[in-house]
Amino acid sequence: MLTGDRAKYFGILVGLTFSSLLITMQISVFAGIMSRTFGFITDIGLPQIWVMDPKVQFIDDVKPMQDTELYRVRSVGGVAWAEPLYKGILKVRLQNGNFQSCNVLGLDDTTLIGGPSRMIEGNLSSLRRADAVIVDEVGAKGKLAHTMTVNGQNVSIPLKIGDSIEINDHRAIVVGICKVSRTFQSQPVIYTTYSRATTFAPRERKLLSFILATPKPGENLNEVCQRITRVTGLLAVSSYGFKYRTLMYFLTSTGLPINFGIAVFFSFMVGTIISGMTFYNFTMENMRYFGTLKAMGAKNRLLLRMIAIEALLVGLISYCMGVGGAAFVGFIFRNTEMAFLLLPHTLIVIAVVVTSICILTSSLCIYQVMKLEPAIVFKT
Amino acid sequence: MEKIENNRIAVSCSGVTKTYGKGETAVQALRGIDLVVPRGKLTMLVGPSGCGKTTLISVIAGILYHDQGQCIVFDENLKGLSEEDRTDFRAYNIGFVFQAFNLLPTLDIKENVAIPLLIRGICRKAAFETAAVILEQVGLKERMHSLPAQLSGGQQQRVAIARSLVHNPRLIVCDEPTSSLDHETGQKIMVLLRQVALSQDCALIVVTHDARIFGFADYIAQMDDGHIISVDSPDKMKEKV
Repeated sequence: MLTGDRAKYFGILVGLTFSSLLITMQISVFAGIMSRTFGFITDIGLPQIWVMDPKVQFIDDVKPMQDTELYRVRSVGGVAWAEPLYKGILKVRLQNGNFQSCNVLGLDDTTLIGGPSRMIEGNLSSLRRADAVIVDEVGAKGKLAHTMTVNGQNVSIPLKIGDSIEINDHRAIVVGICKVSRTFQSQPVIYTTYSRATTFAPRERKLLSFILATPKPGENLNEVCQRITRVTGLLAVSSYGFKYRTLMYFLTSTGLPINFGIAVFFSFMVGTIISGMTFYNFTMENMRYFGTLKAMGAKNRLLLRMIAIEALLVGLISYCMGVGGAAFVGFIFRNTEMAFLLLPHTLIVIAVVVTSICILTSSLCIYQVMKLEPAIVFKT
Repeated sequence: MEKIENNRIAVSCSGVTKTYGKGETAVQALRGIDLVVPRGKLTMLVGPSGCGKTTLISVIAGILYHDQGQCIVFDENLKGLSEEDRTDFRAYNIGFVFQAFNLLPTLDIKENVAIPLLIRGICRKAAFETAAVILEQVGLKERMHSLPAQLSGGQQQRVAIARSLVHNPRLIVCDEPTSSLDHETGQKIMVLLRQVALSQDCALIVVTHDARIFGFADYIAQMDDGHIISVDSPDKMKEKV
């Protein structure tokens, strides 16, 4: 019956599709942003244990430790190896005189543990050369690129191997371009050695940001973490634990969830109101036919089934179109600043949301049809 | 009205009353109706607007509860039936023809005609086969895949008649079946209705204002202000006039 009235049918479809598209986008962008908060931890895949000051709340909340803490961690039983990692925000002076804040990561000079896993140009070992740095691809093409005017037009020339930059008044030579996960602050990422990073960084008594470690084969990861914490008084967590800690910080200490939640709520309301009103109007206009069916002997449960099937059919089509549309948008913008992560959980959440909208909108119609007197058929 | 044998009585109403609303706004639509409708005959209910014709056929068809009195349709006291049982009773015994046809616009006419059978749980294939047979009887076999909107008013009413007959009901109630049609089409519809319905020994009740079709009736029950004031054959009624 519903498909017969094309305008109303498309009205409901558009309302529900728009709603599921918006909610999918909001949740996926939120998930994308959240995944960027711990992108650094994901990129530094080799070490299984992160050791840090006990007050550190998330990856960017660096509370430096003394270099001697490294030796204490190495001395803990069950630790196979432990290496230092510098992480800090330093200013890079661009050729046009501007300054750009960059995430500088200092890797252990010998092992280069924590280095980027995907090199686009050059190789990681080149970091051992004098003043060497590796720059991430997005930063090299974007915020760190040289800009110049050619024939009256601004031209952006990406940073390339051999170019020099100035980090906190220190000369640095680009020896490689790498690919890293986009970060929450979207700042360029620069890799160098630990000793060089501490040279670039402003003078502080403590410069060791994190200690990266791995348990010996056969050792239980959690037990080793607990042992490090007990022996050194530092916080030792697994990579997964540190990601979780970072994620929970952003979920509980920032306004992101509530702001995205409000957007999701309004998308839900828009979908419910648009499709609800259209579906209600459709039902009211077709009361004569529902009355006819009732008069001819159709029971309430048959009519209920009819309405429920129509609502669920529209819901299913809208769900597929909404989620598909959002996935398409995510695909189109996959290599941009847009954070988009469509998780399987999101698909389930959207299915529940669309089903809820369908139930809400059809309940009122079902109620009207249930209480309908079949004698209405003789009223013209 | 001549004496009707008990086994030929389709509907028997005695002292049926129906009031809409309560208190000062209450409207008494039926004020003690006594009426007998025989099988195999066409009974017309006529009278001015608001006299209670539609309320009476609603009560007889089991789609409206009356307040007092007895309404026995094929030996079944409708007041004694639960809502569920009344619905089943209608599904098996009553056929409806409406002034506005009430064909579902999104279904083709074969599907529309098959609805009463589908409601009764008959499988789609058998229901459509039966619908095709009855559509042939009303002369619309070649249009069975058309949508209602693609048919003329007369054709739509023929579909509605086919729908009312497809499940072999024992009583067919028609509410102003010709009022949306021109004179010629109205006459054809009445011929068809009599021919098809009465050949199945159905009782036929037609509510109408259309004096041009009075001649098709076996009995004409005249109503006024919630009462049956006379039941006569069309000829006797003419004589009275």
